[in-house]
Amino acid sequence: MLLEGLARLGRSGLGVLARLGRGHQLLGAMLLGVGELLRRPRLLIVQIFNVGVLSILIIVVSGLFVGMVLGLQGYYVLSQFGAAESLGVMVAASLVRELGPVVTALLVAGRAGSALTAEIGLMKATEQLSGLEMMAVDPVRRILTPRFFGGVIAMPLLAAMFSAVGVLGGYFVGVGLLGVDAGSYWSQMQSKVDFDQDIVNGVIKSVVFGVVVTWIALFQGYDAVPTSEGVSRATTRSVVHGALAVLGLDFVLTALMFGD
Amino acid sequence: MTENASAGDLRSQSDDIIVKIRGLSFRRGRLVVFDQVDMDIRRGEVTAVMGPSGTGKTTLLKLITGQLRPDAGTIEVDGESVHALERSALYRLRRRMGMLFQSGALLTDLSVFDNVAYPLREHTNLPPSMLRKLVLLKLEAVGLRGARDLMPNELSGGMARRVALARAIALDPDLVLYDEPFTGQDPISKGMLVTLIRHLNDAVGLTSILVSHDVAETAQIADQMYVISHGEVIAQGPPAAIAADGSAWVRQFMDGLPDGPVHFHYEAPALVDDLLARRVR
Amino acid sequence: MGKQRVVEIMVGLFMAAGFVALFFLAMQVSNLSAAVNSDGYQLSARFSNVGSLKARAPVTMAGVRVGRVERVEFDTQSYEAVVTLRIQAEVDTIPDDTFANIFTAGLLGEQYIGLEPGGSLDYLRDGDEIAYTQSALILEQMIGQFLFSKAGGD
Repeated sequence: MLLEGLARLGRSGLGVLARLGRGHQLLGAMLLGVGELLRRPRLLIVQIFNVGVLSILIIVVSGLFVGMVLGLQGYYVLSQFGAAESLGVMVAASLVRELGPVVTALLVAGRAGSALTAEIGLMKATEQLSGLEMMAVDPVRRILTPRFFGGVIAMPLLAAMFSAVGVLGGYFVGVGLLGVDAGSYWSQMQSKVDFDQDIVNGVIKSVVFGVVVTWIALFQGYDAVPTSEGVSRATTRSVVHGALAVLGLDFVLTALMFGD
Repeated sequence: MTENASAGDLRSQSDDIIVKIRGLSFRRGRLVVFDQVDMDIRRGEVTAVMGPSGTGKTTLLKLITGQLRPDAGTIEVDGESVHALERSALYRLRRRMGMLFQSGALLTDLSVFDNVAYPLREHTNLPPSMLRKLVLLKLEAVGLRGARDLMPNELSGGMARRVALARAIALDPDLVLYDEPFTGQDPISKGMLVTLIRHLNDAVGLTSILVSHDVAETAQIADQMYVISHGEVIAQGPPAAIAADGSAWVRQFMDGLPDGPVHFHYEAPALVDDLLARRVR
Repeated sequence: MGKQRVVEIMVGLFMAAGFVALFFLAMQVSNLSAAVNSDGYQLSARFSNVGSLKARAPVTMAGVRVGRVERVEFDTQSYEAVVTLRIQAEVDTIPDDTFANIFTAGLLGEQYIGLEPGGSLDYLRDGDEIAYTQSALILEQMIGQFLFSKAGGD
């Protein structure tokens, strides 16, 4: 009984290790494919379209509402301390540092990540990947690498749009509805939000999230059991693992960047 | 008798062997898929590998094309040992092989034309007008020139398989591997595929390896047949010789008898014991 | 090809919108616009205590921002804090007997440096040091002094 339990634990541990190994192998192979990708930019453009352009609507709408909520909530808290002029700082800092990169990554994991996993998993299940391999075309370089870099490039741009729209949303609510002074909304923001500390770090975060979310999504598809059940499980795992990885990494990155 | 015939003595008269398999062993987990299998596939012939479902026929094709690695043994294709090749050399070798997958494996986001053009676009620098002509010729060969603008999801199973065949021969390979080409096809498309495979083989001078469990269709076109079961070759030779084979196993397979050496029932304790067992699992 | 063209244009628009958003964040939201014009000239000032003065804090004259704190360092010889200020180039008539104070904006607000011009006709130039400084007011010290004077007064 005990031995059986230990053996099961060992097996699953080995399974996790093996999967981690395969995942890193895949990441390495995709990174090595960048040279070939540069010679065929059209492949990359299509993938930026799939991840980026098709996500714009959800990103802009979410960003607007998150910014508006921040404006409302921030105003009620700050006005208790007579510091409603700092609303701009609060909205901008929380968007640029945290909410922009994190919420964008979560939305992309849900919208584009799951689609990537399902696409790759189905291509595997329908032998399209093997078919490519038999045509002497490397499916990692031809299919996975463009999707990977498409995600990595699109993510920081989407996050920037999210934050920018959010700041405007906060402005509409704070200045337009609640009567915060427009001048102090912007000037306080500008004096307190630091380019190196906040903007650059936010962009770094979203690049890291872009790598992690697309990598997880592609790997889950590529490693999926090639049946309809296997693909559906892989799609779920892709979103769950992607979201957990984003939140966990966000803590680590925040501690490294702002925790001195 | 035939059960123990080794590959060597039957094939010794011919030296034009394109695929040479020696001592091939492959395990999947604890399951032994192949155990010391020898095979020779002669150039210009249609060789069929037959056996019941689950005997690893598809695995054999994946081993020959280097998608899987054997636990022991060697596979030589045209003198090159497949599993000793560098990646780039393996890819070069694969350009000389075409494979027809069971599902067709067409790229679902490309039209029929683009699917057939795909390997040409990947591996050659043909001008568009030349490429178009080549693709149309390949499609004509499978009788689907008129379907060039359809998407894969608009094709019937048989048509998809024929498009996949056009794609497999797009680069004019030396060797075409067919994975269960007849499975799930209606009699008409079966007939079409049978003639197509034979015709292509003879007209273009291909070598064909055909993996199937459809006895009648396969026997019609094969020059040589291998029957495998439980990881071993249990019969080989021209279809007529196999059909005349007396061994119980080959008889059961060729004649499609429900019970015989291969049991209808999966291994289980006696029915009465099972039904009377008190512990319910 | 038509579809491919549309995709390319959309991606181009997407990339442009992303960079516009980044540019907006950099210029309108953050202090990059202030940091970009890092011309102007440097002054330094020594304080026995800078309180919680930080780099990038404003430097004002008559309540108007004329520059910012570039860095705050500690001098191991004199045990003083050395504050480097960057003053806007157009504010080039600061007298050399100007007084530098560390003020606090509001009760809990951030600290900044206020310059009070003296009467000298010589102006401070790049690299000069402001001779007259007033350290930050530390709340605890003030309370301590207040209590001490109360006790002494009785």
